[in-house]
Amino acid sequence: MAQSDPNKTSIAYRMTWRMPIIVWQFLFFIGPLALMVAMSFFLVKNYRMVEAFEMKNWAKMFGRDYFWDSYLYTFGLATAATLICTLIAFPASFALAFKVSANVRRWAIFLLIIPFFTSYLVRTFSWYVILAESGVVNAMLGYVGLGPYTMLNTMFGTLVGYLTLTLPLVIILQTISLAQVDRSLIEAAHNLGCGRMRTVLTVIVPLAKVGLIIGAVFCFILSFGDFVAPYYLGGSKPPTLPILIIDQTKSGQQWPRAAVVAITMMVTLFTIAFAAIYAAYAKRGRT
Amino acid sequence: MRDSGLRWILWSYLALVFIFVFSPILASVIFSFNSQRFPTIPLGEFSLEWYEAIFSDPEVWEAAGRSLLVSCCTALLATFIGFCTAYTDFRYNFRFKGAYLALALLPPTIPLIIMALAMLAWLSRIGASGQVWSIILAHTVLTAPFAMAIIRLRLSQMDESLEAAAWNLGADEWAAMRHVIVPFAKPAIISALCLTAAVSFDEFAVAWFVSGLNKTIPVVILEIVQGNIDPRVNAIGSFVFLTSMTLVVAAQLFYMSKQNKDAS
Repeated sequence: MAQSDPNKTSIAYRMTWRMPIIVWQFLFFIGPLALMVAMSFFLVKNYRMVEAFEMKNWAKMFGRDYFWDSYLYTFGLATAATLICTLIAFPASFALAFKVSANVRRWAIFLLIIPFFTSYLVRTFSWYVILAESGVVNAMLGYVGLGPYTMLNTMFGTLVGYLTLTLPLVIILQTISLAQVDRSLIEAAHNLGCGRMRTVLTVIVPLAKVGLIIGAVFCFILSFGDFVAPYYLGGSKPPTLPILIIDQTKSGQQWPRAAVVAITMMVTLFTIAFAAIYAAYAKRGRT
Repeated sequence: MRDSGLRWILWSYLALVFIFVFSPILASVIFSFNSQRFPTIPLGEFSLEWYEAIFSDPEVWEAAGRSLLVSCCTALLATFIGFCTAYTDFRYNFRFKGAYLALALLPPTIPLIIMALAMLAWLSRIGASGQVWSIILAHTVLTAPFAMAIIRLRLSQMDESLEAAAWNLGADEWAAMRHVIVPFAKPAIISALCLTAAVSFDEFAVAWFVSGLNKTIPVVILEIVQGNIDPRVNAIGSFVFLTSMTLVVAAQLFYMSKQNKDAS
């Protein structure tokens, strides 16, 4: 490979490109997160934060039943959303990866990128109106003599919101990874007499494992951290962890306690993400 | 026979999924022209009252101006930082490069509500919260990784020896950057500008926490939604949708047109 040595560029030149992100992230990313960790040990006196190193906030939050109720509820909902989203997305991604032309696939992916850039708030508000007791869905069901069903302020409502947020992204990630599966391996499986379903489960899914798991991880992260769906569509009973953060910050001035909730969330997410990535790249054993 | 049946099922399934994804967007646009305060079937009459309501509201205009300012500044900053990082990753190997890239790409994996809390605490500590530029600072952190990814993708299509060739022909490193790298990356740079602007234009969690009284459009929407059923949201939403879509389509066109030209 004829490649001249990039290290002969001057230090000034190199650092011009290397430093901006380092400086910016330390000032406005690492700094804030580090302060948040420190803040979880601060105290609040007379509505003012006082620097300290006390375990009070941690003890208070971890000692409350409502915190653990909220934690389990949020975790359960995000897990459910991840499973449902992965299962709903898979047939669609499968169709996009194997049953349509490359051109249709490109268009489908472009269409699925669109929701990512439309206001999630407005879409949630839309669902609120559509799913209401006297909304569009119940009106349509009424024509065929069903309902009305209560869909708002239920887990169903929250899950609809989560899926609105995550489904397009998960389909995109799954489609990309499925489309990269080597077709000759699938043909080989067919030629060797492997049935349709078995080919999907024992050949295609393992080969696309990384993309499927990454999709699921993103679904979990987004659902776990979303406050809009559980608040507006789920009625926030019980409140999820993000709603607890908002309550503690906005109404109570209890920033340190909000920090405790936020750190607990981050530790949970990192644990899940690392476990999932480990599983994704674990060596592919024989089945 | 069996195959066409399966194909039919998959197509209908795809259609259902796309209906689920797009029905809230379409519904919002339709409801914005609907006279009923609480839209249901059958729809009410065609009406522009919600648009009139928002266009005559000075708060909405102020917020729109602020949103534009924030997304333009964010786009410029984030794209500049993203370009620097993408070029560094493309050109250099150095110790701790893994950590460097992790630092650059980590922000999107942190839930926005956590970033919002951390930013609020940090900015109010350094006396920078509640300002328009507090939102810009925060949004730049959130969007720079996207800019970096887009530009990096483009650079990876470039022959690495092009830059070295420019050096050998006597260009100094800055000239090579200006005449070789930047022109090559230009479509991606423009895409990155559009996409980071679009993301910033829609972001509400961090903006809500750090903006104080300087509300952007999504924060105004959030506050209206908190109050009551108010179809003005659909009217503002459709306007925001139009803005973001214009940016996204522009980004896509810039990126694709250049690639087609390269390919031919």
